[in-house]
Amino acid sequence: MTPVVEVEQIVMRYPAARGVGLRRRHLADVVAVDGVSLAVEEGESLGIVGETGSGKSTLARIMLNLLEPTSGVVRYRGEEVTHVRGAQLQALRRERQLVFQDPSGSLNPRRTVGASLSDPFAIHGLLPDRAERGRRVAELLEQVGLEPGHASRYPHELSGGMRQRVGIARAIALGPRLLIADEPVSALDVSIQAQILTLLRELRRELGLTLVLIAHDLAVVRHMCDRVAVMHAGRLVETGTVEDVYRAPRAAYTRELLAAVPRMPQSSSSSST
Amino acid sequence: MNGAGQSRLVVEDLRVAFDTRQGTVHAVDGVSFDVAAGRTLAIVGESGSGKTVAAMTAMGLTRGARTRIGGRVLLDGEDLLTAPAERLQELRGDAIAMVFQDPLSALHPLLRVGAQVAEAVRAHRDVSRASARARALELLEQVALPDARRRLDAYPHELSGGMRQRVTIAMALANEPQVLLADEPTTALDVTIQAQILALLRRLRDELGMAMVLITHDLGVAAETADEIAVMYAGRIVERAPAGELLTAPQHPYTWGLLRSMPRLDAPVGAELVSIPGRPPSLVHPPSGCRFHPRCPHVRNRHREVDPPLATTAAGAGHEVACLLPEAERRALWARLGAGAVR
Repeated sequence: MTPVVEVEQIVMRYPAARGVGLRRRHLADVVAVDGVSLAVEEGESLGIVGETGSGKSTLARIMLNLLEPTSGVVRYRGEEVTHVRGAQLQALRRERQLVFQDPSGSLNPRRTVGASLSDPFAIHGLLPDRAERGRRVAELLEQVGLEPGHASRYPHELSGGMRQRVGIARAIALGPRLLIADEPVSALDVSIQAQILTLLRELRRELGLTLVLIAHDLAVVRHMCDRVAVMHAGRLVETGTVEDVYRAPRAAYTRELLAAVPRMPQSSSSSST
Repeated sequence: MNGAGQSRLVVEDLRVAFDTRQGTVHAVDGVSFDVAAGRTLAIVGESGSGKTVAAMTAMGLTRGARTRIGGRVLLDGEDLLTAPAERLQELRGDAIAMVFQDPLSALHPLLRVGAQVAEAVRAHRDVSRASARARALELLEQVALPDARRRLDAYPHELSGGMRQRVTIAMALANEPQVLLADEPTTALDVTIQAQILALLRRLRDELGMAMVLITHDLGVAAETADEIAVMYAGRIVERAPAGELLTAPQHPYTWGLLRSMPRLDAPVGAELVSIPGRPPSLVHPPSGCRFHPRCPHVRNRHREVDPPLATTAAGAGHEVACLLPEAERRALWARLGAGAVR
């Protein structure tokens, strides 16, 4: 079967420099992504894990054509889309959406939730009828566990967890096939994290979404994903099923990463300390 | 080396309230704990539970016209809450020190890190610039800052997050404090760096015999580092026990919720997370009765009216819980819930 998204030999370089004006000196380029090939299969849930600066978010943005790679190929359903522009790119946006880490940074503070959720329809010229658009917004809010009444609220009136629900509602508004969630719960409290992760799992099941989850938290990826790709310093060091990679990591870096996760004592009903 | 068993820091019935336009926020509402030399207490809670305010108040950092503070914070018997500002200046950074979550905002962006550490020394010790700088180097080596000698002259922006946190820890340790308050010291760091910093804090606590209070939202971090864990909810401690006991035989429904909502590496694949419904309450108008009752799956009518005190359990050995359910029932419930969470 053709993968939903496939990237081949992706390289992303940024020029680096130091100083300003006449004292500006060019340094060696920063290579954010260094020759990564990866395929996301239809219906699967793939986790990309790595630490700060590993290139995981850059790779995700390249997969969505939000960044153009220095070299390499991006394919969507078998068709090369690396350099698509205009109407073709717009059509692709409907199919593939992003959920951001910080919901307060990705929602306009001066517009109501309802207005923000109507944007995708306005941009893509869908549901021109106001009443119909309002009904669809209400439906979306219910789908993510909020109430239709939340449409008239401003982002600051909502808690972090509720704002992330709005972020997810906006991402699924146009009925995408692929959702990339970039650290969707790392800004949230533990009890709220579980609510959002459960919501993402339910939506995936209901809508048959393909999910790419970018995370630094190995336990979150293990909980959410079928397959995992481990990135380190711009390279892919290991991919495999969650079960295999967590049970028997092959790359030294994966072992190091797993060993660093704090261990909890096993739970028991009797107190044994 | 200080004698173990003796409490270095004793907090008694601490209350902190802020007057705001929305009303009085009761951020900390009757919190007591104590930490002995060479021991670590982890205070675990979510945003707004009052854990950071409690620590900042102990350091005298919340004083102000709109703050009302009650209770006692005893550092080796001396009450910090009533100490004059000049006395606090003497103690802070000397007998008691704090490490903050974000090392970048805890460091001066325009000063070299060696100078900042040396300043922490010279603020409390009458030593020459040269010997303060020598001490700064010694401290940066003690916190295992790679290539410390060269980095004395680095600016904060030239260091990684983990290295910056090592610098702020070096500053906190400059005068070998008896008590160290660490507020989410690893939250901004990657997991491999987090493991290094936690190991560093454990080593320094043992070497210097410090009493350490570790504030964290992460039960895993608490499990790795603490001898004792106190769980805070809505300005109160709702459960307190030796770390192993709290994590394996918890008795408060909120602690159960935290444990069950956390994805774990040792959970069965495909296991469901059980989230705590609702969200933390307002601290202006906290719920009546048990503060957790609106989110508690085991709530009874009586719990909406009676406010449970933190009381010793039959488990003994310093296990206290603020819950109105009979203890036998709590044990039976966790036996069922805990088995579902982890096998």
